[in-house]
Amino acid sequence: MTEAVVDFPKNFKEALNDNQLRRNLRAAMDTMGQRRRNLFADLDALERLRARGDAIRWRALRQLPDLLEQLEKKCTENGIQVHWAETPAEANQICLGIIQRHHASRIIKGKSMVSEEMHLNHFLDEQGIEALETDLGEYIIQLDHETPSHIIVPAIHKNRDQIARLFHEKIPNAPYTEVVEELNAIARKVLREKFFAGEVGVSGVNFAVAETGTLCLVENEGNGRMCTTAPPVHIAVMGLEKVVERLEDVPPLLRLLTGSATGQLITTYFNMITSPRQPGEKDGPQEVHLVLLDNGRTKIWADPELRQTLKCIRCGACMNHCPVYTRLGGHAYGYVYPGPIGSMLTPQLEGLDHAGAMAGASTFCGACEEVCPVKIPITTVLRRLRTESYRKTDAPNAVKGHGYKRTLAESLTWQGWALSNATPWLNALNAKLLGLAGPHLSKLPQVGLLKHWGQSRALPPFAAKSLHVLAKEKGIADE
Amino acid sequence: MSNARANILARLRAVAPQEPAATPEPDFYPAAKLGHADRIAQIKRLMEHMHAEVIVTDPQHWIAALKDALRARRLNGLLYGPAGPLGAALEANWDGELPPLVGYTEAVEQCKERLFALDAGITSTRGAVADVGALMLWPDANEPRLLSLVPAVHIAVLEATQIHDSLADAIARERWAEGMPTNALLISGPSKTADIELVLTFGVHGPKELIVLILDDQEV
Repeated sequence: MTEAVVDFPKNFKEALNDNQLRRNLRAAMDTMGQRRRNLFADLDALERLRARGDAIRWRALRQLPDLLEQLEKKCTENGIQVHWAETPAEANQICLGIIQRHHASRIIKGKSMVSEEMHLNHFLDEQGIEALETDLGEYIIQLDHETPSHIIVPAIHKNRDQIARLFHEKIPNAPYTEVVEELNAIARKVLREKFFAGEVGVSGVNFAVAETGTLCLVENEGNGRMCTTAPPVHIAVMGLEKVVERLEDVPPLLRLLTGSATGQLITTYFNMITSPRQPGEKDGPQEVHLVLLDNGRTKIWADPELRQTLKCIRCGACMNHCPVYTRLGGHAYGYVYPGPIGSMLTPQLEGLDHAGAMAGASTFCGACEEVCPVKIPITTVLRRLRTESYRKTDAPNAVKGHGYKRTLAESLTWQGWALSNATPWLNALNAKLLGLAGPHLSKLPQVGLLKHWGQSRALPPFAAKSLHVLAKEKGIADE
Repeated sequence: MSNARANILARLRAVAPQEPAATPEPDFYPAAKLGHADRIAQIKRLMEHMHAEVIVTDPQHWIAALKDALRARRLNGLLYGPAGPLGAALEANWDGELPPLVGYTEAVEQCKERLFALDAGITSTRGAVADVGALMLWPDANEPRLLSLVPAVHIAVLEATQIHDSLADAIARERWAEGMPTNALLISGPSKTADIELVLTFGVHGPKELIVLILDDQEV
């Protein structure tokens, strides 16, 4: 689904000037970072664990086509119906088909970033089908017609006063309260009726185990278990990279996920689903569907460097530790996945010409790489995206929309630079001219992009004589 | 749409397999090998930290401990699996002052309303994992999945001998890969959320309270 072109500079400016947003975010991100550090206090053990996580994800990706076929085979044997979708539109149609076959109109959803990527709620809404988010954070932002600003804590940009007002205005008969426990109780009451009445449950997948055909879900609230147990039909949507080879791969990834995301040893619930309701069983869905979404992932996979992107287990630690994200929040990025993971993934999914600016939302400080539980070389991938933004190429693995930033003026400048450096007399002439102009160039022209930046910065003046000339004068042999 | 599978696999198969670099896979956090008493202590400590109420008792006294816990609360009934491992013991020892025992004997379609109205449910457990402090449940026909999820109070009975050092250990020793159940669960406490200002609160959509009765033969 192509989205409206995002005005990044405007978004960034607005976010930076929103003091409430910055206070909400800063407090939350510092807390999450600290909780992670507390849990992973033993740094040697953490390094071993990260190496293991990296190896497991890499091993899974190396065998991706085989594992997807194995997963399909195992799931089918277990009674789970597997569907493949190349695009979000196809995935949405698959979900709609299942929902319509069951004449369902009440859909309850557990948290799923892939469903956000599909804009499933919006799509179903257009078909007159209510898809209700049941994770508390997702419920809050759905009430306010917003999208998640963080992949783990989607409503983190709001504080309790804002949520108190929202509940009071949008939920019939809800009293105004700023007590967090009371706000939770209001949501519990509303959603419990929805769990009771839900006709189809939709969830994401944290890991899918090829060996056994098992779908794993990680959560604290119990809404995920409700959505996957109470309604007669369960649809799980997942990006096709989420498959792992063996059941024994799950415990290390689970520890990395919960520890990196929220500093928890384990979440309240770890839910492993291997089949629909079996004969004699009294509850659980009669039908379980698994929708495997590509949406550009196979293209990313084809390139050995970009493939690293697909190791991601969606913990959000890179966001919590990013100096850019912690000042902007997720909405300024304008796409579903914000922060370093979003900056890395989104331009590859949507094309550099649409989302290439996101690759610029990094200082290259490397904090994201340091905390990444599966050791994704995030800055290397971002660097590649920035390079490809300027590169026109026929390479088959080039990122969609490459070369969008290339301009005539810029390419002439670099051609001139190359010519100058390859032509000794021209280089000497330029060095001399710059030396003469040096004192006058130290002040940056305060226009355009340089206006603010140039106010407090000066260029180092060009030397009157180049290093080449100085060396020659000292009698150093010119090789 | 029908071509999606073929197209996706064709794209993946078109890429020459890259040299299977032998990536070393170090052991991850080898869980401490704990003795019997330490495992119980660790489960108790970690689960209490997650706001579960943990009562260490023994096979002769657990029903009495359960009754005490129930009397301390005003509950409208206790949902249980009559054909499950606890069924017979509960039925044989119940009395009139306690909240009535309600069997989960019909398919959910027939009893959903009753199910959602009950205050408490009791289940056995397959075991627990000590390193993270979580119960392992494999719900089945006798003790269905919603039994541990829908009532506001979940009471779980754990045999102390069934505590593993870690999930990895349980998966390997019990050979889970050879046959997974419809649903396997780890549960580390009552349901919780921190979605509003990261303030941790308990009892969102799942049970508000989790009471764990650990049955330990070797208790002195």
